[in-house]
Amino acid sequence: MEDILPFLIGCLYAGGIYLIFHRSFVKLIIGLIILGYASNLFLFTISRITRDAPPLIPDDATQLTETFADPLPQALILTAIVIGFGLQAFAIVLIKVGFKTLKTDDLDKTTSTDRLDN
Amino acid sequence: MENHILIVLLIPLLSGIFSLFAWGRKQLQQYIFLVGTFLLIVAAGFLLNSVLIHEVIVLQSAGWEAPFGISLVADLLSSIMVLLAAIIGIAVAIYSFSEVDEHRIQFGFYPLMNFLVFSVCGAFLTGDVFNLYVWFEMMLISSFVLMVLGNGKSQVEATIKYVTINIVASTFFLAGIGILYGLTGTLNMADLAVRLQSVPNSSLLDLAAIFFFIAFGVKAAVFPLFNWLPASYHTPPIAVSSFFAGLLTKVGVYAFIRFFTMIFNHESAFIDNLLLYTAAATMFFGVLGAAAQMDFRKILSFHIISQIGYMIMGLAIGTKLALTGAIFYIIHHIIVKSNLFLIAGIVKKSSGSFNLKKIGGVYGKYPFLAILFIISAFSLAGFPPLSGFWAKLIVIKAGLESGDSFLVIVALVVGFLTLYSMTKIWNEAFWKKVPEEYMEESQTKSVPLSSIKPMIIPVVMLAGITLFIGLFGESVLNLAMMTAEQLLNPEIYIHAVLGNDS
Repeated sequence: MEDILPFLIGCLYAGGIYLIFHRSFVKLIIGLIILGYASNLFLFTISRITRDAPPLIPDDATQLTETFADPLPQALILTAIVIGFGLQAFAIVLIKVGFKTLKTDDLDKTTSTDRLDN
Repeated sequence: MENHILIVLLIPLLSGIFSLFAWGRKQLQQYIFLVGTFLLIVAAGFLLNSVLIHEVIVLQSAGWEAPFGISLVADLLSSIMVLLAAIIGIAVAIYSFSEVDEHRIQFGFYPLMNFLVFSVCGAFLTGDVFNLYVWFEMMLISSFVLMVLGNGKSQVEATIKYVTINIVASTFFLAGIGILYGLTGTLNMADLAVRLQSVPNSSLLDLAAIFFFIAFGVKAAVFPLFNWLPASYHTPPIAVSSFFAGLLTKVGVYAFIRFFTMIFNHESAFIDNLLLYTAAATMFFGVLGAAAQMDFRKILSFHIISQIGYMIMGLAIGTKLALTGAIFYIIHHIIVKSNLFLIAGIVKKSSGSFNLKKIGGVYGKYPFLAILFIISAFSLAGFPPLSGFWAKLIVIKAGLESGDSFLVIVALVVGFLTLYSMTKIWNEAFWKKVPEEYMEESQTKSVPLSSIKPMIIPVVMLAGITLFIGLFGESVLNLAMMTAEQLLNPEIYIHAVLGNDS
């Protein structure tokens, strides 16, 4: 797994950034979501992947002596996924409101807050 | 003693929950926000007081010992920041009574403001990197909704930009956390500081530092990551902009100072140079942007960026005097910048527009307001004896002492240009007469100042604090010096968090 995941993460990052560079609101949001996946997987991979070694202490011992899978990164990722879900839900509603208010889904046309003359 | 931290966090959380229960009842919500922020000032004052006595206060949440649980840590820097957050909170609370419209209040303006204060305080007080991420996200989601609340065309546009860049920054933050965890197996800041000293792979550490640099750089609006700020800060109501301008960028600066004094304090020429050049470019390009603008709020927004540069400059030089300057600058800037935004709101109400070309004659109509503006604006530009002068003086003196003459020259030029745009606002809004062609528009859109009197109260309060910092700067300077000393000796912090066996 350790050999495949880095390539997958790289592809996800590349895909996310590629989509963010598009002008359409929808592609922007999909890009942000994919970028979020990439970061979560990155966090998962970089904190080592250990298989078949649950972090359970046997009855006759007080601590773990052999290698075990670290449960903390998974807890972190779970938190990050939940937070990311909330943000993405908001962002999706926002682009819907944006499309209704601005009557466009082209980011290049959303320049009214940047112009000097208003 | 530990409970002081808890009380500081519980007050805004509870007032947020209470104001959710008071959904739709405007006056009750306003009352809750006012009482909540007032109690927060008292609690933050007590916290600062006990931090002054005990140096660092640590609360291990749920009793889990340090690197395993989440530690909440209050040192001098955190408690000063919490106190400032509370002060801006109460100023915005009083201001919002007259400024924020019914429509926004119906859709939860007050609960959101409470949760924003809550998350800002949490970000200042946490001692755990991932917990900081969670506080940041809480802060983001409240600020997203506050920014878009009201659904104006420009607000929606601004929010799309703000949301995009901040979600991207969050993914960088998460990746940085991943690298740190992979290197050390811990996320407690104190524990990280200890373990990173024995990590041999410093190039990977530099990479992590860059990831955090991008994440915090977007929050703090440093060069070249600042473009979202002038595109968005001028769209929401002034009560919201003022809170954002004063505090949200400073959360980024706080995170910068915390990380680059404690966690990434290894000798890395690359990181040092990165900070130095960023500081210079942030100051310079921020002030150039302001020079081109003719909108009251946009000028102020660009000035946030250039002032952030001074704070990063203090951090980049990194001597005791420079950090003192950076902290003094943060204290001064939070108060002054929020106040200038509040004044911009009053000028808009009393003359009808934010566009400097369309307004004028405020000095003739309301000389008292003009004096309040002068105090804050000249303090921002660095006139003696106002607070900004001391802040700039310390930072520049530190630059001269450490031989960074290039930075000092940039800082001085930027000071002049700041003065230029402050006098531009003065000339256009306060001094000149209302242009003939806009006379009618100005009269129909404006309301007399006597009808919005409550809005003046927070402005007077903040201007008073500015004067106090300027005239009795020594006590603030001493406080900043003690803070800098604490930051340069992270052993105290580490020892307090990890206990005796570290």
